[in-house]
Amino acid sequence: MNILITGLITGSMLALLAIGFSLIFGVARIVNIAHTAFYMVAAYCIYYLSIRLGLNVILSMLIAVVGVTLVGLLVYKLVIDPIREHEAAVLIATIALAMFFQEVVLQLFTGDYRSVNFLIQGFFTIGGNKIFYQQLLTFGVVLVILLVVWFLLMKTRLGLAIRSTAEDREVANLMGMNESRLAMITLAISVALAGVTGAVIGPLMVLTPHMWMEPLIIMMAVVVLGGLGSIKGSFIAAFILGFTEALVVFLVPTGAFLKGPVALSIMILVLLIRPEGLFGIAFEEER
Amino acid sequence: MGLVVFYIRKLVALLRGEVLVLPGRTMVGLFIIVILGLPLITRDPYVFRIVIFTSLFAILAASWDLLSGFTGQLNFGHALFFGVGAYSSAILNLHVHIPPWGSVPLGAVAAVLAGLIVGIPCLRLKHTYLALTTLAFPIILLGIIIAMPNLTGGELGISGLQRFTNSLMGNYYLHVITMLVLCFIMWKITDSNTGIIFHAIREDELAVKASGINTTLYKLLAFSLSGFFAGISGGLYAHYMRIAGPSTLDVSMSFTIVIWAIFGGAATIYGPIAGVFILYPLLEIVRIWPEYRMMIFSVFVLVILLYMPEGLIPWIQDKIEKVCPRCKLSNIATRKTCRVCTANLD
Repeated sequence: MNILITGLITGSMLALLAIGFSLIFGVARIVNIAHTAFYMVAAYCIYYLSIRLGLNVILSMLIAVVGVTLVGLLVYKLVIDPIREHEAAVLIATIALAMFFQEVVLQLFTGDYRSVNFLIQGFFTIGGNKIFYQQLLTFGVVLVILLVVWFLLMKTRLGLAIRSTAEDREVANLMGMNESRLAMITLAISVALAGVTGAVIGPLMVLTPHMWMEPLIIMMAVVVLGGLGSIKGSFIAAFILGFTEALVVFLVPTGAFLKGPVALSIMILVLLIRPEGLFGIAFEEER
Repeated sequence: MGLVVFYIRKLVALLRGEVLVLPGRTMVGLFIIVILGLPLITRDPYVFRIVIFTSLFAILAASWDLLSGFTGQLNFGHALFFGVGAYSSAILNLHVHIPPWGSVPLGAVAAVLAGLIVGIPCLRLKHTYLALTTLAFPIILLGIIIAMPNLTGGELGISGLQRFTNSLMGNYYLHVITMLVLCFIMWKITDSNTGIIFHAIREDELAVKASGINTTLYKLLAFSLSGFFAGISGGLYAHYMRIAGPSTLDVSMSFTIVIWAIFGGAATIYGPIAGVFILYPLLEIVRIWPEYRMMIFSVFVLVILLYMPEGLIPWIQDKIEKVCPRCKLSNIATRKTCRVCTANLD
C-alpha cells in the first residue's frame, strides 16, 4: 500500500516534470538542464510567501507559479535566445543557470532543510497504512493538470502548432507559424509546469537548494525511456520509474541509495531493445 | 661545435618560421615556458597544488573533447571514465600492491574497457538520447560501488594510496609534463587521418558511411581513446589525492567537464585545456568571497557564452588570425597577403 502511494506520488511528479522538459525539447531543441531548478525555485517561493509572509497557501502557490514563469521567460530572453543557434552553448548555459539558481536560493534561504505546510491536514487509514489527504490532493491535482495539458496539446490550435513545430521546425515555419514566438509560449508552458510541480509536490518534500539534482536525472531517464517528445510515453515511463523507485526503497530498506541506479538500469535495458524509447518515433536523420 | 651551432640555427629558424609567425602558436609556446618555469617564480605548495589539479582536469576536458567535440557523440557521463580510472588504480595499488607506475596505466586500461562497455550499447543511440543515457552510467556505477563497501570503501572511498614521489618539485613536474605530453598526443590524434574521420562523423555520419568507412568502429575507437586518457587522469588524481572517493563519479563532475570543454571551445583540444586553465584557477581566486563562489562562476560562464557562443578560444583565434582563402593556412590578422602563397587575404 505504501509502495502504491509513494509510487503514484513520485510517478506523477516525474510525469509533470518530464512533460515540461520534453515539450521545450521538442519545440525549441533546448535540453533544459535548468528545468528542475525552476521547480526548486517555485517550491522556495511558496515557502517564502506562505511561511515568512504568512499569505494564504493557495494564493502564494498562484503567485509562485506566475513568478517562476516570468523568471523563466526573462532568463530565456536574456541568456538563451541570443545563442539559440549554438546547441552546445545553450546546453552549458542552462547548466550554469541551474547552478546560479541554486546559489541564489542558498544565499537567500541558507542550506537548512525547510518544509511547507500541508494544504489540508489529517489522514485516514486503510489496512494500517496512513494516507494523508495531502497525498490524495496532490495526485488529484496532478491528474487534472495532465488532462489540461493533454487537452491543450491535442484540441487547440496552439497545441496543433506546438506539435507540428516539434515534428518539423522548418516546414512549420513555412506554413506561417511564428517559430520564435511559439518557442516563447512553449517555454512559458514548460516552466509553468515545473512551477506547478514545485507547488503541488512541495508540501510533501523537504526543501533544500540541492533538491533539483536528483529529480533531474530521473526526469531525463523518464523522457528518454518514454521517447523524446511523446507525452503519452513520458506519462507511462514516469509511473514505471516512480514505482520502481518506490519498490526498491521498500523492498531493500538498507539499499535506498540503489533506487536511482536500478531505475536507470531499466532505462538502459529498454533502450537496448528499442533505441527510440517506448513510444518514441524514430526520427529521420536531421541535417 | 659547428654542428651544434648549425642545429641551434635550424631550431631558431624553425621557431621563427613556424611558431612566432602566428600569435596562437606563440601563446602556446609562452604557456609551456611559463608552466615549466613556474617553480622559478614561486615555491608555494598551494600554487603547485592548484596547477597540478588544473593539469589533471585539462587532460580530462581534452579527452572529453576528443570524444564529444570531434565525433559529436555527446557524452554527459564522462566522470565514469575518470571514476573508473581512479577506483581501479586505487584498488590495484591498495589490494594488489602494484606501485603507482603500474596501477595508473592499468587503471587507464580499465577505463578503456568501461568505454567499450558503455560504447557498444550506446552506439545505437543518437544525439540527445545518447547524451541523456550516458549520464546514467556513472550513477549506476556509484550505486554498485556503495553496495560493495568491502572492496571500494563505500561512501568513504579508498584512502591511503601511495604517491608517485613525496617531493614537491617531483610531483609538480610529473603531473605538468604528463599533461603536456598527453595533450600533445591527443592533439596529434585529432590532426591525423583518424581525427579527420572523427570530425567527418560529427558533420555527416551518413556521408562517411557512404565513403566505405566503418563508422561504428571509429566511434568505438573514439570511446576507448577518450576513456584511456580520462582514465590516466583519474588514476593520477587518485594517487595525488591519496584517495579515490565517490565524488569522482558525481553528476556535477560530469557537468563541470562539459562546462570546461565547451567554454574553452569544443573540437579544438587546446580550447578545453585553456578553458580549464582559466576556469579552475578562477574558482580558486573567488575563494575570497566563499559564499558567492559558485554564483560568480556561473555568471561568468553565462556572460562569456553570451558574447562568444562558439567558446572563448575560437573567438580569440578568429580575432587574431585569418585563414588564407587559397591555401587554407592561417595568418596573423595584421597581414595583407598570405605568408606562404602571397594570395590577398580577406
